[in-house]
Amino acid sequence: MQMPEPNAKILALKPVLVKRLLQVLPAVAVIHEEAETRAYECDALTAYRCPPLVAVLPANTNEVSAVLSICHELGVPVVPRGSGTSLAGGALPTADCVILGVSRMNEVLETDYDNRFIKVQSGRTNLSVTGAVEEEDFFYAPDPSSQLACAIAGNVAMNSGGAHCLKYGVTTNNLMGVTMVLMDGAVVELGGAHLDAGGIDLLGVICGSEGQLGVVTEATLRILHKPEGARPVLMGFDSNEVAGECVSEIIQAGLLPVAIEFMDRPCIRATEAFAGAGYPDCEALLIVEVEGSEGEIEEQLEKILAIARSHNPVELRESTSAEESARIWLGRKSAFGAMGQINDYMCLDGTIPVNQLPYVLRRIGEMSKQYGLGVGNVFHAGDGNMHPLILFDANKPGDLELCERFGADILKLCVEVGGCLTGEHGVGIEKRDLMVDQFDPDDLDIQMAVKDAFDPAWLLNPAKVFPLAASERRRIAAE
Amino acid sequence: MTPQTEAELAEMIASATGPLRVHGGGTRPIGGPVEGAVLETGGMRGIHLYEPGALTLVAGAGTPLSEVEAALDAEGQRLPFEPMDHRALLGTTGTPTVGGMAAANVSGSRRIQVGACRDFMLGVRFVDGMGRVLKNGGRVMKNVTGYDLVKLMAGSFGTLGVLSEVSFKVLPKPETSAVIQIGGLSDARAVEAMAAALGSPFDVTGAAHMPKGQGGVPITMIRIEGFEKSVTYRAEQLKSRLSIFGEIAVETQAEKVAADWQWLRDVEAFADQPGDVWRISVKPSDGPRVGAALQAEQMLYDWGGGLIWALVAPGRDIRPAMAGIGGHATLVRADEATRATIPAFQPEPAPVAALSRGVRAKFDPRGILNPGLMG
Repeated sequence: MQMPEPNAKILALKPVLVKRLLQVLPAVAVIHEEAETRAYECDALTAYRCPPLVAVLPANTNEVSAVLSICHELGVPVVPRGSGTSLAGGALPTADCVILGVSRMNEVLETDYDNRFIKVQSGRTNLSVTGAVEEEDFFYAPDPSSQLACAIAGNVAMNSGGAHCLKYGVTTNNLMGVTMVLMDGAVVELGGAHLDAGGIDLLGVICGSEGQLGVVTEATLRILHKPEGARPVLMGFDSNEVAGECVSEIIQAGLLPVAIEFMDRPCIRATEAFAGAGYPDCEALLIVEVEGSEGEIEEQLEKILAIARSHNPVELRESTSAEESARIWLGRKSAFGAMGQINDYMCLDGTIPVNQLPYVLRRIGEMSKQYGLGVGNVFHAGDGNMHPLILFDANKPGDLELCERFGADILKLCVEVGGCLTGEHGVGIEKRDLMVDQFDPDDLDIQMAVKDAFDPAWLLNPAKVFPLAASERRRIAAE
Repeated sequence: MTPQTEAELAEMIASATGPLRVHGGGTRPIGGPVEGAVLETGGMRGIHLYEPGALTLVAGAGTPLSEVEAALDAEGQRLPFEPMDHRALLGTTGTPTVGGMAAANVSGSRRIQVGACRDFMLGVRFVDGMGRVLKNGGRVMKNVTGYDLVKLMAGSFGTLGVLSEVSFKVLPKPETSAVIQIGGLSDARAVEAMAAALGSPFDVTGAAHMPKGQGGVPITMIRIEGFEKSVTYRAEQLKSRLSIFGEIAVETQAEKVAADWQWLRDVEAFADQPGDVWRISVKPSDGPRVGAALQAEQMLYDWGGGLIWALVAPGRDIRPAMAGIGGHATLVRADEATRATIPAFQPEPAPVAALSRGVRAKFDPRGILNPGLMG
């Protein structure tokens, strides 16, 4: 993965930059010693690393505004960073950039149960948003796997999803407003405690813009009352096709489970060895979870089980207790860890139309043989968001590149069958160069034109999302 | 001009020499008056793809909404955001189209629970002001590939581009529905009751209050939907939880619920009454404050108090009365002279207005798409 050459003029500015930043931030919030900037050299896409010129940790919107004004004036690129859990390299620095971390901004600003929203500083972690309202039995719905660590700022930047978005939607469907600082330091408020935009929906384009349009410092989020209860059921099938049909039929029957998770045989075996959740050894496994009161859960499960039975499952396991429910989820929740135990892996995130599942899984199996690299599949089947985990050996020369080529082929396949490159992780640098496979040049141009309107000098996270060749003219012109 | 294909649409826009007035079904003449050659989208019609098992439907922008709704109905599915029909309220007669609904981001009462039209738009194809055919999003439910211009197109009223195709996420129709009714509440008390219902685990899909219901008596209505047993259970739960607010009646006949709610959602109460109509979105608990500040001829609260429909004297600008209350107000019905003087859309604070202007200039540099409609 290529990144632009650092700008020598900016590197030479470091002493001036540090001095200016120290005028607006406390010394602890300006990290510029080489040994210390290394802590910010990568996010969760650890294959790529580069320490930034400086990292800053502002405490509020005003400090963010002051930092951005200085960087804007000096022409220094800024890479915003939430908790650094991006799998796509969204927070990967360049040597000539300032990393703007929001980790010190984690206050709850307002909680309003009558109007069902919470306003937080953007550095607050996803899970601790729910933590702040749990006492009243409320929760914040989007639940990415990294929810213990990931920040709302990153969730907004990537429009993060999670296992339960089949029912509750992703970040954009639960984000009501933001306070955002533009690259020139101007502070804007978009949305709030009311619904929908009074003019064009700028909030809608901010969410998922990967930190390229502004730095979100505060967010107003929709909170919901928890359901009375939830219960999963586990089903095993002897083919991916049959499991896929079962998913389709459940959806078509008018049922709307909160989650439908799918695991294939390689993944089942790996997690079984790792977590010992007692999963059956079969081709495909589904975990379907429904919510509601005891009676409502039973009514839904009865219908779901009837559909499952009509597909001759090799296993059908209903939970009768909280312990059993936890066991059913155990394997799924430890799937990534389990795969990591066997090997290094690369986690993909393409989405496909649900009815293409069997075909795509078959093709991935064939490609796996061609490339000689193993793949496990674990994903959100209800919405077609796949997570193929390609196994490789980071210590074996050439294996990472081979794995990346295999991954690119899988993502191209997702696009080919009517899907997309990324369902919830974002483009970052990881899928940047594949954008041309999904979009025509004009489609990319109009997206980049939106960035022109927000950040004319292309200083915010400039080398991400768009293929370097496509964005080159704009980045160079801005220098 | 009536393009039959997307390519024709692109050609017509590219070769346009003056402003264009984009026209779907003509049922929602909202916004400032637009001078320009009429560009009809009705030729680009038809359902291009419908996969009930994937909850996905893709249709040409000119497709009549009724055609889409009939196709969904046949599979027991629906557009979950419950788009309102503006015809009775605005006195229009055309046929609402998919593109018009998307361009106006039209949602109904269920917006508070499932989301708006924009939340169910998975992808768009459109032609920008330079005549370029563009696409964004797609037809899958989770997609974060590149910027989300779908949201930008939803509710941009044809000022950023002319839609040629829209894909939607759809949902199953519930088996049945019921409405919990409480009579005689003040606006403030009604909003409290609705907050109690919406803050419960019972999946409320509509919460509305009419200060003057049938016979002039206030009525507050809470809707639930789902499988039969579940609806019965939740109705009972809500009934006991809301009993502190007054006498409660439960309507369980699904047809009656549907008809009553449609009347409410489409604001038919204001249909034959003289006056301008405003649509106001605020924090739900601010609803009664808006009511008190406006002293309108008639009001209707939806979205638990967060959406207010107000019928006011012709030509009156309500925004000064709303000063200090957050949110936004849209002038939905007024004569052309009023729409030419009072901005139909809420004026934005300077830095936000600058961003909107900047974005608009990128999509339509010549300023030929519905100029003046959004201000």
